[in-house]
Amino acid sequence: MTTTTAPTAPRALSAARTTATAARVLRQLRHDPRTIALMLLVPCLMLILLRYVFDGSPHTFDTIGASLLGVFPLITMFLVTSIATLRERTSGTLERLLAMPLGKGDLIAGYALAFGALAIVQSALATGLALWLLGLDVTGSAWLLLLVALLDALLGTALGLFVSAFAASEFQAVQFMPAVIFPQLLLCGLFTPRPDMHPALEAISDVLPMSYAVDAMNEVLRHTDVTTTFVRDVLIVAGCALLVLGLGAVTLRRRTP
Amino acid sequence: MMNITSGPPDPHPHAVRAEALTVVRGPRTVLRGLGFTVPRGRITGLLGPSGCGKSTLMRAITGTQAKVGGTLEILGLPAGHATLRSRIGYVTQAPSVYDDLTVRQNLEYFAAVLDPGRAAAERRRDHVGRAIADVDLTAHADALAGNLSGGQRSRVSLAVALLGAPELLVLDEPTVGLDPVLRRDLWNLFHHIADTRGATLLVSSHVMDEAERCHRLLLMREGEILADDTPEALRSRTGADTVEAAFLHLVDEAVAAGRAKETAR
Ligand SMILES: Nc1ncnc2c1ncn2[C@@H]1O[C@H](COP(=O)(O)OP(=O)(O)OP(=O)(O)O)[C@@H](O)[C@H]1O
Ligand SMILES: [Mg+2]
Repeated sequence: MTTTTAPTAPRALSAARTTATAARVLRQLRHDPRTIALMLLVPCLMLILLRYVFDGSPHTFDTIGASLLGVFPLITMFLVTSIATLRERTSGTLERLLAMPLGKGDLIAGYALAFGALAIVQSALATGLALWLLGLDVTGSAWLLLLVALLDALLGTALGLFVSAFAASEFQAVQFMPAVIFPQLLLCGLFTPRPDMHPALEAISDVLPMSYAVDAMNEVLRHTDVTTTFVRDVLIVAGCALLVLGLGAVTLRRRTP
Repeated sequence: MMNITSGPPDPHPHAVRAEALTVVRGPRTVLRGLGFTVPRGRITGLLGPSGCGKSTLMRAITGTQAKVGGTLEILGLPAGHATLRSRIGYVTQAPSVYDDLTVRQNLEYFAAVLDPGRAAAERRRDHVGRAIADVDLTAHADALAGNLSGGQRSRVSLAVALLGAPELLVLDEPTVGLDPVLRRDLWNLFHHIADTRGATLLVSSHVMDEAERCHRLLLMREGEILADDTPEALRSRTGADTVEAAFLHLVDEAVAAGRAKETAR
């Protein structure tokens, strides 16, 4: 065969196209060092701030700090992904890509892979800082904290991809952050334990994925080994991330009005 | 001439075949029952006033337009068929490239989408280099696309469509904002691509003197085809010296016909 591209239908997911997409997303970020610096440093600065806000009550820092280690990756990845995909839509590159033999799954998985890699770096920095420099007192393993942080980042990427389908402008995309993230933040048990909330709110918090992310962090905080609650929490967060990534692929339309 | 020993004739002599093609965008019917064909291996110009539906027609052909009714066959397959995606090169009207990547990085990514895998890396490098040279951007290959001039960016967008030697190139105003020298070079490139690769080109344009460089012309107005002919035939049919004059003549005729219909009611 001498032709360059055999005219076969593209498969749903191609590893080569997915990694090419992830590499492209990371290359784009590399040309924007300020965004990378902000993504990596802001969580660290917030943790330092928190540490000295709760200077007199180190136990409060432990619970809130551990929870925040799960919340930061979710929020940053949500923001970065929703803006990145919106730009892809408005610049016409999405239309071009979908007119090419790129599977929707390749695009979504490429984004998840790229931002997942970035989340590992971000979480490793924040977790390392919290544990070894700020004296965050965690009973369980730091690796488990990192695992939850990574799943949270995936969930954030998934939510960002999904939500950007409904945003027609950057203004709308930014407004989705308070709409999607704030309620979860208020109800996830960061401010009051969830059982102390009004039963109606507790019921709502039971179906919000961030509640389980924070729950999982607290399990690691209090137990030396992997508890069944931790496993349940991790599975729920991972399941939600995959579900929303799938929904994101469904909302991606090759044909637009 | 027909060669009997070469087997049955090509069952799909047309690159594009439309019948009663209708497209609805929002509240408006933008294309109204178009019927036309685009011959293979030729350059067909798509001309018409702003807003007449050129881009919409091109989006329908590339399978990116929703709410398309009627028949639209591309290379013998229904428009939007998955296998067509690697056989069509498409340049959108607004340059669609990543501003925060260099010219080469842009092309490398799109080449990897078309022809993925490590085994194809060598071939991709050749194609990327050739596409950059085709649009005369070798000197800017490592510049960020966002730092290029408007004409340079639209040439990057064009280079992406040239990757992978597509059988059908759909180019939406590829020469807008370019100087005469560059326009001539690009039209030479289009002819070279049609002649040597046997590719079909569908090129939309506002500039009527470019129409003279096409093998065939589709003249559009308000979502309908006014004429589908060669430039020479158009000129002689309307008794005009240039395609521009022929087009204006046909528009006036259509307007007069429309008025006559209205007053008759
Ligand atoms: N997203 C959209 N939603 C609704 N209507 C649209 C949309 N995009 C274009 N239209 C309408 O469709 C018609 C044809 O638009 P199109 O972009 O195809 O024109 P065109 O011939 O390419 O014009 P130009 O030469 O200015 O590029 C226009 O009247 C326009 O108002
Ligand atoms: Mg147009």
